[in-house]
Formats: sequence, C-alpha cells, structure tokens
Amino acid sequence: MGKILEVSNLTIHIKTHKGTVQAVRDVNFYLNEQETLAVVGESGSGKSITMKGIMGILPKNGKVTEGTVMYNGKDLTKYTEREMQTIRGSEIAMVFQDPMTSLNPTMRIGKQIEEMLKAHKMDMTAEQRKARAIELLSLVGISNPEQRYKQYPHQLSGGMRQRVVIAIALACDPKVLIADEPTTALDVTIQAQILDLMRDLQKKTKTSIIIITHNLGVVANIADRVAVMYGGKLVETGDVYEIFKNPCHEYTKGLLASIPKAHEKGNRLRAIPGTPPDLMDPPKGCPFAARCNETMVVCQQFMPEYSDCGSDHKSACWLLDPRAKGGKA
Amino acid sequence: MVKYVLKRLGYILVTLWIIITCTFFLMKNLPGTPFDAERFSIMTPAQQEKVLEMYGLNDPVPVQYVKYIGNMLRGDLGTSFTYVNQDVAKVIGSRLGPSALIGLQAVLIGLALGLILGVLAAWKHNSGIDYFTMILAVLGVSMPNFVAAALLQYFIGLKWGVLPIAFWTSWSCSILPSIALSFSATAQVARFMRTEMLDVLDQDYIVTARAKGISQAKVLMKHAVKNSIIPVVTVLGPIVVNLLTGSLAVENIFSIPGIGSLFVDCIKANDYPVIMGITIFYAAFYMLIVLLVDVVYSLIDPRIRLARGKEN
Repeated sequence: MGKILEVSNLTIHIKTHKGTVQAVRDVNFYLNEQETLAVVGESGSGKSITMKGIMGILPKNGKVTEGTVMYNGKDLTKYTEREMQTIRGSEIAMVFQDPMTSLNPTMRIGKQIEEMLKAHKMDMTAEQRKARAIELLSLVGISNPEQRYKQYPHQLSGGMRQRVVIAIALACDPKVLIADEPTTALDVTIQAQILDLMRDLQKKTKTSIIIITHNLGVVANIADRVAVMYGGKLVETGDVYEIFKNPCHEYTKGLLASIPKAHEKGNRLRAIPGTPPDLMDPPKGCPFAARCNETMVVCQQFMPEYSDCGSDHKSACWLLDPRAKGGKA
Repeated sequence: MVKYVLKRLGYILVTLWIIITCTFFLMKNLPGTPFDAERFSIMTPAQQEKVLEMYGLNDPVPVQYVKYIGNMLRGDLGTSFTYVNQDVAKVIGSRLGPSALIGLQAVLIGLALGLILGVLAAWKHNSGIDYFTMILAVLGVSMPNFVAAALLQYFIGLKWGVLPIAFWTSWSCSILPSIALSFSATAQVARFMRTEMLDVLDQDYIVTARAKGISQAKVLMKHAVKNSIIPVVTVLGPIVVNLLTGSLAVENIFSIPGIGSLFVDCIKANDYPVIMGITIFYAAFYMLIVLLVDVVYSLIDPRIRLARGKEN
C-alpha cells in the first residue's frame, strides 16, 4: 500500500472584513491506498477548509498560502483551475455534510449524476450515461432507480438524498473520496446505513476515503487511521486502535473522555472546559494550551514539535518531549 | 395543472366583471359630457334628446349598465364618440401596435441587458462591473423615463442625428422610445438578478457542482442562473404589462400614436366606450400575465406546485 495523497505544511488563510483567519496552519497528513482516514475535531478546527483546499474549491476569499498536496506524485496546489477541473470528481470526489442543501433543487437526480459523467467521460453516449446513472442509484441502495432517476431532490428523504450525493461522488470511480461529515445531518439509524454503505462501496470500488466527523463512534466504526485537528493544527495522528487505547495529546484524551458511557447513568455529560482559540489571532504556542489541564510555561510560548508515541503514531505535545520527563507538575 | 389554469381563468372573469362594474359607475360620475359643451348648449331640447338617445345616454345609468354588459357579452364594445363611427376594438387595435412594439422591444432590451449585468455583477462581486451595475440600477430606478427620453432625443437624435427624434414613420422611430423605456426594466432585472444570484452562489449545491469538476461557466449557467431567476420572473410580470400597455409620457415626448395617449385623451373627452374598452383590455392583460408568471414559476422550480397536489 502506497501513499495516494500526502498533504505537507498546508496553510490556508481566509480573508474577511475583520481580518485574516488562519484557518489551517501547517497541517501534515497522508492517506494510504484503500484506507479510511478519519479527521476529527470540533467545529472551526479547520477540517472542512483543509479538504476544500485539497479540492481547490475554497471560497473566493480563501487561499492556500503555503504547503503542498501531493497526489500521484503531482502537487495539486500548483494546478490551474482548468487542470483542477480534470481532477475534481474523476480522481478526488467529495460528499458534503447536508444532503438537504447539497443537491440542486431544480435539477432532476439523474441529470445531476450524469453531469459528472459528462464532465469526465467524454466518450459516453447519452444512453450509456443514463444506464450508468441508474446503475449508480441501485449501487447506493436506492429502490426503483428508474423512477428516482426522473425525480427532483425534494421528492426524496434526507437519507436517500445523501445516497444520491454519494452516487454522484462515485460516478467516475474516484481514487479518493472525501466525505465531509456525511452523517451529521441524518438521524441515527440512517447514519448507520450510510456508514455501512460507504464501507461496502469501499470494498467494491477500492477507493481511499477521508471522512470528516466529530462523532468518535463513526471513527471507531469505519476508520483505519485517525487525524485529530484542533485550532487549525493537526495535533495527533495514528492508527485507530492506538488513538483509542493510547491517546497522547491532551485534547484527544479530552475528546475520548467526553464520550458518554452507557454504565455511567445519570452523570452529567463531560466536556472540555473553555473555548477554541480565535484563529484571527492564533496563540503562539500550542493551540490547546489555554484549555489543557497539564499546561506548562513552554506550551504558551512555543509550538510543540511532533513526537513519536508509537509506531506511526505522532502527537504534537510538549509533555511528550524528552525534556518534559519528570518536569510534569 | 390544466384544472388549475381553468380555475384561475374563472377567477379572472369574476375579477374582470367587478372591475368593469366599478369602472362603469365611476366613469358615469366623471364631470362633463362626451359632447362639446358650447355646441351642445345651443341645440334645442328636442335635438339634445335625440343626440342623447342616439348614443344611448338618456336611459338611467343602471339600464345603460345592463345594456352595456349585454352588448359586451355579444362581443360588441360599442363605437367611439371621438373617432366617429369607429368600433372601439378597432380604435384600440390601431393604437396598440406602436405601444406594443416599443414595449416589447423595451422588455427584450431590459431583460437581456439586466440578466447579463446581474449575473456578471454577482459573479464578480465587489468588482468594477458590480459597482457599475449597482450605479446603473439606482439611476434606472430613480430617473423618470421622460428624463431619459429627453436626454436620448437631445444627444442621439439632435446632436448626433443618428436616429429620428420623434413621430411614427418607420421602425427606426421605435428605437429611441424603446431604449428610454428599457432603463427602468434593465435596472430592476439587474438588481433582482444580482441579489438572488449572490445568495444562490453561496448555496451548498454550487459547491457540489464545483466539486464535480465542471467548468465555472457551466456551474454558473446550469446551476446558478436557473435557481436565481424566480424573483426576476416575478418583477417581469408587472414590467411587461407596464411597458406593453404604453407609457403616456414617453409616447407624448416622441409623438407616438400609442395606447397610453389614447387612454388619457378618451378620459378627457368622456369617450365612455373607449374608456371601458381600454380598462377591460388593461385588466385582462394584467391578470393573464400574472397567471402566466405563476405557470412559469412551476416550470422553473419543481418545488412550486400549482394547485394542491397529492404529495406532501
């Protein structure tokens, strides 16, 4: 298994009226072929913006200011808009968070799938496109695909719409599928169905998946590896078992501790006190320092380097630095 | 859908009847008579009686009303008082042509230019073209069309002498009045298109479309424009009616024998049949356009269903 996607030192700035938001700061991660990487972190930690940066679909005021996105040995950040159009959809496809708003309300489902085929599979005839669209609809588990093909989004339920969004993303057999909180807007039973569907499809199509979520249940369910983001930084990455068994970063520990447990009945939900940092003026040191129980003077002043805390398990925390041994209060 | 349209047509007929009734009685309360006051006063009472009888004006007003409705249902709108022995339908028809031509051209100019400007302004938000469009929109809405008309006459007609200043002799006479009328339509269409398009461009499905790797032009045309056009269709209804039914000021300035000036003339002359005829025409035309707008809505946006469907 080789690395299909490698993001290095990715930095993304978003200009607003109030100032520049440093939404993504020096983020590094990679994605192996046929694996599922879960990116977790709270709202505003830069997860979605990172993915949009990779896809080249940042909002107009957003810009990748530094870093590289290597895909098959080529740097996507150097691609022009035209060149990116050939990558988007056919090589790297994306599934969005809210199926209620991510489909065009005035276009038939079938046409929205065919649009993808039209853009990338120029040699397909209209009949072939239609056949493929119906095939995709049944692939994602939609009954009566011929009938659904002619319907509009408002005639479908949320779960079905998310299936359609997935069908669109899979239309051109992408190598990488980026799913931005694909289950957040759905109710719990539908969430499980969509996750099962994604796992089945991954087996069939050999796609690599990046899934963004803040649901650790989803992570445990589907991911091979995990990347934890906080305050625009990637604070910990590693194998899913490693992360759950041996979390190294204090933020990851906090996240895991805040999962409600079935046997702890009646207790209040545990939360990490404090609020995430303002990315308009991010802290000089570790972004989590202000909320961390173990914070030290160095945490406020200097950004921690990544330390190994297991095989292929890295975390950016000063506590892991050899010099911190015994220094802990 | 057919059922819905038929139902709406039924409502239109009822509304039309109410409008006709109100207008008829209000019109009869207009001061003055259809006749030249001086010449009418020197007639003998017998002659006066005869003239009134000839035009059916000596009956009590309710009787006149019943007679009028009866004739109207048979398709007879009466004859004009001012245009001697001419059918009302014919009088209106002869004046409608120029107004409709100018109006239609103005609508087409306004729609095309307004859409282009609105789309470009939204796409290049906060750019030169955006500011230009907004300034034009404010000017177009706030400047009365007769000011535009006079400016066009002065510069294009008089100073450069490119196009005829006034009168109705050839098609080229219709260009300046069309442009003068199109300003406000352009401004309104551009403004509504820009506002709605800015909103639509922020929608998630636009990001989905971009993520498909289709070109920006296609994202704009296939996803953004169609979803932004509903408010434009809404304002287009009244615009079409206003422009096609003629503008008094612009028709006067350019000396065009249009329906706008006819309406004012016939009211001044107490030409009852023509007043009624134009009122019926205006009202029916307006309501039909509004119906058409509603039908167009449902064609553009499948979520808008005409009549209560079985779904939901």
